Amino acid sequence: MNHTDPTDSETSDADRSSTDTLGMTRSDTTAKVKASIKKRYARERRFRLYGLIAILSSLSFLAILVFTITKNGLPAFKQTFIQLDVTLDAKTLGLGDEPDQAQLLKANYNGTIKKALLAQFPDVKKRKDKKALYKLISKGGQYDLQRQVMESPDLIGQSKTVWLPAGDDASGYLKGMVDVTIPEKKRRFKDNQIEWIESLKQDNRVAERFNWTFFERGDSREPEMAGIKGALFGSILTLMVTLILSFPIAVASAIYLEEFAPRNKWTDIIEVNINNLAAVPSIVFGLLGLAVFINFFQLPRSAPVVGGLVLSLMTLPTIIISSRAALKSVPPSIRDAALGLGASNLQVVFHHVLPLALPGILTGTIIGMAQALGETAPLLMIGMVAFIVDVPATITDPATVLPVQIFQWADLPEKGFVEKTSAAIMVLLAFLVAMNTFAVILRRKFERKW
Amino acid sequence: MTSNNSDASTNTDTSSASSVTSSLGPLDLEKGQGTKEQSIEEIVASLGDTVGKTRVDNPKMSATGVDVFYADKQAIFGVDLDIANNEVISMIGPSGCGKSTLLRCLNRMNDTIPICKVTGELTLDGEDIYGRDTDPVLLRARVGMVFQKPNPFPKSIYENVAYGPRLHGLSRNKSELDDIVITSLRKAGIFEEVKDRLDAPGTGLSGGQQQRLCIARTIACSPEVILMDEPCSALDPIATAKIEELINELSENYAIAIVTHSMQQAARVSQRTAYFHLGKLVEVGHTADIFTNPRHELTEKYITGRFG
Repeated sequence: MNHTDPTDSETSDADRSSTDTLGMTRSDTTAKVKASIKKRYARERRFRLYGLIAILSSLSFLAILVFTITKNGLPAFKQTFIQLDVTLDAKTLGLGDEPDQAQLLKANYNGTIKKALLAQFPDVKKRKDKKALYKLISKGGQYDLQRQVMESPDLIGQSKTVWLPAGDDASGYLKGMVDVTIPEKKRRFKDNQIEWIESLKQDNRVAERFNWTFFERGDSREPEMAGIKGALFGSILTLMVTLILSFPIAVASAIYLEEFAPRNKWTDIIEVNINNLAAVPSIVFGLLGLAVFINFFQLPRSAPVVGGLVLSLMTLPTIIISSRAALKSVPPSIRDAALGLGASNLQVVFHHVLPLALPGILTGTIIGMAQALGETAPLLMIGMVAFIVDVPATITDPATVLPVQIFQWADLPEKGFVEKTSAAIMVLLAFLVAMNTFAVILRRKFERKW
Repeated sequence: MTSNNSDASTNTDTSSASSVTSSLGPLDLEKGQGTKEQSIEEIVASLGDTVGKTRVDNPKMSATGVDVFYADKQAIFGVDLDIANNEVISMIGPSGCGKSTLLRCLNRMNDTIPICKVTGELTLDGEDIYGRDTDPVLLRARVGMVFQKPNPFPKSIYENVAYGPRLHGLSRNKSELDDIVITSLRKAGIFEEVKDRLDAPGTGLSGGQQQRLCIARTIACSPEVILMDEPCSALDPIATAKIEELINELSENYAIAIVTHSMQQAARVSQRTAYFHLGKLVEVGHTADIFTNPRHELTEKYITGRFG
């Protein structure tokens, strides 16, 4: 206690003090309050400190998470290309004089690339070395070549300089992710391959470009050809189904339960069950979806429509509960005002209560949607975990979604998928941030004071 | 006349006794015992028929033997009361005496409370307002209500007033609607203050202005009766004076029932006054008579500030 002259003030207080009903002098009270006040302030300061520590630690965890993901994921947004001089002669391609589209589709572009590689490195003779050499170019390179030839068939018979995507090991080496100090036996990318790549580099035949492939293609077994577009579209389609189904149903149920339903045993049971449903593990909804939508209703497997249905079941309770809370928080005076003017119950709800509750409802919807976006378990049960190369165009096409794609890529042994996994997480987070931003904008728009 | 049935009064005896006791000061209790003056409990227990004339010659609305229950608890006991045309009737009484409940019965606002049950007869121009054929929506268009707390919609001033007429299709086009809005605002004595900012939000006005906006909103539906539930309780004296002046003007065209806790206000604005106590209508009569010459003991005690 380091009060400034406590004795002085106390005595002077005591002089002036009068006795109150409890028989305590006023100076007694002052002294007691003074004694406790320091403790109270100290307690408050301590509490604030704890709060600050809690927030700072969670922020630092978030920062570490974002940093690691970004660090791992950024290389995936770059793609390495190798320049080759390919000779598109009909013989190597295995084509006749007048090839039609079907023949062009099946032509041996791989052979052409191999020939070009051998031409680049004429010293390579052994079968094993040749195989290693071929791995420098991605297996996806032949499809690039195929597309070019099919677009302009008069290329046949000509020589052409093309940029082809590098194989995943070569790509990893070029991005600096191969540790050359490791003994050759223990690493996938061998010394002779390094030699070839370095010589290509010196000829300026190696380039790094923005990885459009990642955003333009679906899944692939080759990490350098694998893209996120399939999963992204799968997610968008699934969420669209979820939103279209769950938003109107949930809001309508919330309005009915909150504004119209009589309060009795049955509505109580419904209320309890809605609250329970919100706590049901999501995999249970997946099993339900499998049993009901796929086995009973014979809906297609792995399709966004089923995914959307299952996720709607999961999202409904969340939206219903938050919508009811939002409706409940609309001041009763507004309802009274509208009713007093002769508005019917429905008019009261749709003219006044719903517009005022909308910001809250939208918040709940976005929380539900974000949950649905990140959900994996129920989708595994309905087959959305399948390996799907094509980008889904409709809600009945087989598809996968972002979190499932992340789960799949994280499981694959190729090193190239490590960066893809992180990049996919970045895309998922970006999607989430975009969704939340949209929600905030909508909420701002509808928010009104009363 | 009043159906003051015995089992209803025994029903609330215990609760009423305690609530009255708590509202009494210690001095009153000491004085009440031993002297020949009756205690409040005794008076309440012996409450009989309403003192004074409950009926008028030209009733706009009338209540006959109205009982109101909230679940098992009875809030109003056999009330008979008329509301006359072009007259202001004020309802006074201590908190929880049922005056607001009765007011809300008059335009069926109690319908929104599921546990509320109304029995007896309530009529508007002789038609039973709780009858099978009566639509509460139509009733509320005819019997407007102004609430205790100013409750403008979070919309523009114009939209606030235009809402009712639009709802009931009272105007054929925009200019007619404009006329209704301006006339209503003018009648409510707020037009001059807001004429330049009709697009501004109604919630941005001051408390007194908001309440006058709510009155404008109510009269825009051209009701026949206006019910006011403590319309000035949230307002300062200047805003209160404006509202009271407005009530005086409106009483020329409307039947008005006003619930108030301020006896001065009741004396200033109303022609008739009804005094309620614990769900019973104790006394009703001309305002001047009630305040200068109350006939019932409870009324006298209340208006002289002995309890309440």
